[in-house]
Amino acid sequence: MASEVILFTRNLGKRYKDRWAVRNLNLEVHRGDIFGFLGPNGAGKSTTIRMLLSLIKPTEGGVELFGHNLKTRRAYALMSVGGIVEKPDFYSYLTATRNLDLVGALSGGVQKKRIDEVLDLVGLSGRGGDKVKTYSHGMKQRLGIAQALLSDPELIILDEPTSGLDPQGMKEVRGLVLHLAKDQKKTIFLSSHLLNEIEIVANRMAIINKGELVVQGDVNKLLDEGERYVVVRGEPKPKIKAVLRNTKKLYAGYTERDGAFEVKMDFKDVHLLNKALVGAGVHVHALVPRRSLEDFFLSITENESRQ
Amino acid sequence: MKSAMEFLRLLRIEIIKTFLKKRTYLGFLIILLIVPLVEIALKLEGGRFLRMAMRGVAQDFILLGNVFNGWFVSHQIMNSLWIQIPILISFVAGDQLAGEATGGTYRLLLIRPVSRTKIFLAKYFTTVLYVLLFVTFLGVLSVGLALLLLGSGDMIVLQQGILVLAESDVAWRFVMAYILAAWSMITVASIGFLFSSFVENAIGPIVGTMGVIIVLTIITVIPVETFSGIRGYLFTYHMAAWQKMFADPVPWNDIRMSVLNLAGYIVGAVAAAWVIFVRKDVLT
Repeated sequence: MASEVILFTRNLGKRYKDRWAVRNLNLEVHRGDIFGFLGPNGAGKSTTIRMLLSLIKPTEGGVELFGHNLKTRRAYALMSVGGIVEKPDFYSYLTATRNLDLVGALSGGVQKKRIDEVLDLVGLSGRGGDKVKTYSHGMKQRLGIAQALLSDPELIILDEPTSGLDPQGMKEVRGLVLHLAKDQKKTIFLSSHLLNEIEIVANRMAIINKGELVVQGDVNKLLDEGERYVVVRGEPKPKIKAVLRNTKKLYAGYTERDGAFEVKMDFKDVHLLNKALVGAGVHVHALVPRRSLEDFFLSITENESRQ
Repeated sequence: MKSAMEFLRLLRIEIIKTFLKKRTYLGFLIILLIVPLVEIALKLEGGRFLRMAMRGVAQDFILLGNVFNGWFVSHQIMNSLWIQIPILISFVAGDQLAGEATGGTYRLLLIRPVSRTKIFLAKYFTTVLYVLLFVTFLGVLSVGLALLLLGSGDMIVLQQGILVLAESDVAWRFVMAYILAAWSMITVASIGFLFSSFVENAIGPIVGTMGVIIVLTIITVIPVETFSGIRGYLFTYHMAAWQKMFADPVPWNDIRMSVLNLAGYIVGAVAAAWVIFVRKDVLT
């Protein structure tokens, strides 16, 4: 049985003067999902999230949260939603505890015990009495997650929560996201510009580019769809070609490009190809498994950074 | 009932945010420095200030008793400070909305399941509360300290001539004058609030409010015939209505017109700020 859709957008669009930041966006997030919202910088992720959280008004289309239209029943729609939009900013002259107390009051009030719980959950217990202006970026990011969790919402919208964090911090945030989804049964809407990050944590995802939806669906299915191939780099090349001629059962075809061989094959057979190459005296420099979705995402990301 | 409770909760939030911010107390600090300084200096100067002020007409009067007293001095202070007070008011009023935009905290505030209108009203009422506290503080400090330092007595009013008000007739006039002054400052705060709703930096609302006040004050006071038709509609013309509390008899009709004119500006500015705020796309 399909799980309940708790967030969906219908032909959502936002136009600034003559430029569409987001257009015709149809998203579906199911209860229990960790939904990855992927796109290069400037693709329209934050604009979409701002519309989901009613910070900006759509030019066209609409948003439904838990069956409530965000435009007409805003308070009901946002009742079970917590979120961070871009970098977390707080009242820096107040303590973390005081900030959370104020944020909690906006959602109907929370007890001190709950504030302590969320601070503990994000690893800030003992620092609640410090003014936010003394916090590092990583601590503010964690405090941002704490405020999103404060009212115990069912849906948590996180806009690039690992942005600006060191590798350890990124790992901790990913661990926290998985903990919230698996142990606390939260639905997570997580935006990122890193496919790898989405692949690690999400079960469903959508890719957005230039404000339009490119693809949406189950992460594993999307990544499995299309071709898989292994990029083989090594020397000498004639020996590589000879090995490939003798191991045709392992692959479906290959092409030579930029001094490397792109071999269409199942990733589970890569070790066999490696064994054959090494056995034939090839100095293998790299065997890189690639998928067409990954290539596609890299290509739009690269195009974006070139522009 | 639930809605009222929610509004009170929002009001508490805004009061905490405003009154735990250091800049909120800057105005109080300035008043706390300037009023005692001026009053002590006037006490040390004795009646020289009064004699200078009455130069030219002094020979027509015989003044008996303590006329260089607390009432006279605090009236003079009220007159001279009324140019600077709007700056201090707009400093806080202008920060109410623009401060959230600058600090990025709109993103914290406006994603909650409460209406923007309630948040707006909580912020506005907090601003009004600040104005009332500020004007009360100014009044109590100015009048209280002056009476303590210089004592009481009949009050001399130097406005287009000399008027002497009996000691027993002065206190209520000061109370009413400060109520009217608070009404004027709520008008200034409302205009600051309007600027604050569409400007997304801390200084813009202060510059905007003061710019409007300066331009309209020039139009109000400059003796040019062209402006005579509009002068009576400008809020700067009516901001000094408190001075009329020291006329005899008190021109109640003029005061009523000024109160209504300022009310029009308050309603207009707050309504415009509300429309901008509830329709605003938060991009900061």
